[in-house]
Amino acid sequence: MFGPQSPFVMYDEELKSITAVIEKLRRESNSKVIFLVDKNGQLIASVGETGHLDTTSLASLTAGNIAATGGLAKLIGEKEFSILFHEGEKDNLHISIVGGRVILVVIFDQRSSLGLVRLRVKRASQELDQIFADLARKTAEVEKSGGLRGPFAEITDDDIDNLFR
Amino acid sequence: MSFINYASREINCKIVYYGPGLCGKTTNLQHIYQKTAPEAKGKMISLATETERTLFFDFLPLALGEIRGFKVRFHLYTVPGQVFYDASRKLILKGVDGVVFVADSQEERLDANIESLENLRYNLEEQGFHLEKLPFVMQYNKRDLSNVSSIEELRGLLNPDGVPEFEACAMTGEGVFETLKAVAKLILLDLQKGRR
Ligand SMILES: Nc1nc2c(ncn2[C@@H]2O[C@H](COP(=O)(O)OP(=O)(O)OP(=O)(O)O)[C@@H](O)[C@H]2O)c(=O)[nH]1
Ligand SMILES: [Mg+2]
Repeated sequence: MFGPQSPFVMYDEELKSITAVIEKLRRESNSKVIFLVDKNGQLIASVGETGHLDTTSLASLTAGNIAATGGLAKLIGEKEFSILFHEGEKDNLHISIVGGRVILVVIFDQRSSLGLVRLRVKRASQELDQIFADLARKTAEVEKSGGLRGPFAEITDDDIDNLFR
Repeated sequence: MSFINYASREINCKIVYYGPGLCGKTTNLQHIYQKTAPEAKGKMISLATETERTLFFDFLPLALGEIRGFKVRFHLYTVPGQVFYDASRKLILKGVDGVVFVADSQEERLDANIESLENLRYNLEEQGFHLEKLPFVMQYNKRDLSNVSSIEELRGLLNPDGVPEFEACAMTGEGVFETLKAVAKLILLDLQKGRR
């Protein structure tokens, strides 16, 4: 997300703000589930009735979907398709790209509508975009001061071997 | 590019299995899936053709344990090896943290291995990665067959830099976890050094 080599970092504070934004979006758009995924398929946050959902698989397939349609877009000379909509018998999926960085997925049924979701997503996207821009700046600053070694600076070979016991 | 989540105290890393068609990438993941405890794995997703060739990718999420209070997760992907799926391979490589090259040891697949390795190098460079700088391990698969090239020959052609290498028979699982462990270790060591 911030160049090929540097990790994507999430902190408590930002996750709270992000979750608040998508929870508000869920209420205002009358939707069932909302989740945010990074473009590599890692789940960032989710709200709503996620108990019965395999969110890890959802995240990976969403990213695959966006990657594939992004590839299609380039082939026809578009930068990307910023919104995808999949209509089901009961549930629908609204997928959009926020600030070119992350993927916002809204699952909704007949209690909402495409128009309403689209409208609310637009506003939430601006807020999310801001949060991710701040996060990118914060990560870059921490990295510059050499502090991004995080929790792993101290790990030993034994720690790693223990993972595979 | 790994994802360090201080909020949920998790770290996610992406490992991609690369190699020519039918070399055994999907079989590697299937074996890992079968031999991993239920609580340590998620669902394995295979987007495949009707003849079980990988069409887009296989995906297997693993949560092997914790290091220093951080849950360590690996997302394993395979690419489709068939030459004409190159556009999909490029997509799967995005954000990769470590690569396993699965070579098909059969003599008649020597050219296919070399071509696939060149393709890997090329696709990585297109995204600003260099194979030499990535955690990278080599697996010589299908060692159970009789028509295989010698390890010396394979090494000379596919692994001149001497990255960690493993002989394997993915069908029985021999060498599969050794390979995974080696690439995971390289990724974590990179994190330790603050390189990723
Ligand atoms: N004898 C033998 N056969 C193997 C071994 N590993 C895989 N195979 C077989 O090789 C065939 C292809 O394996 P896959 O894992 O589907 O190959 P792949 O690399 O995923 O192929 P693509 O998806 O087309 O890129 C299958 O029939 C496997 O059973 C091995 O170690 N020894
Ligand atoms: Mg396959």
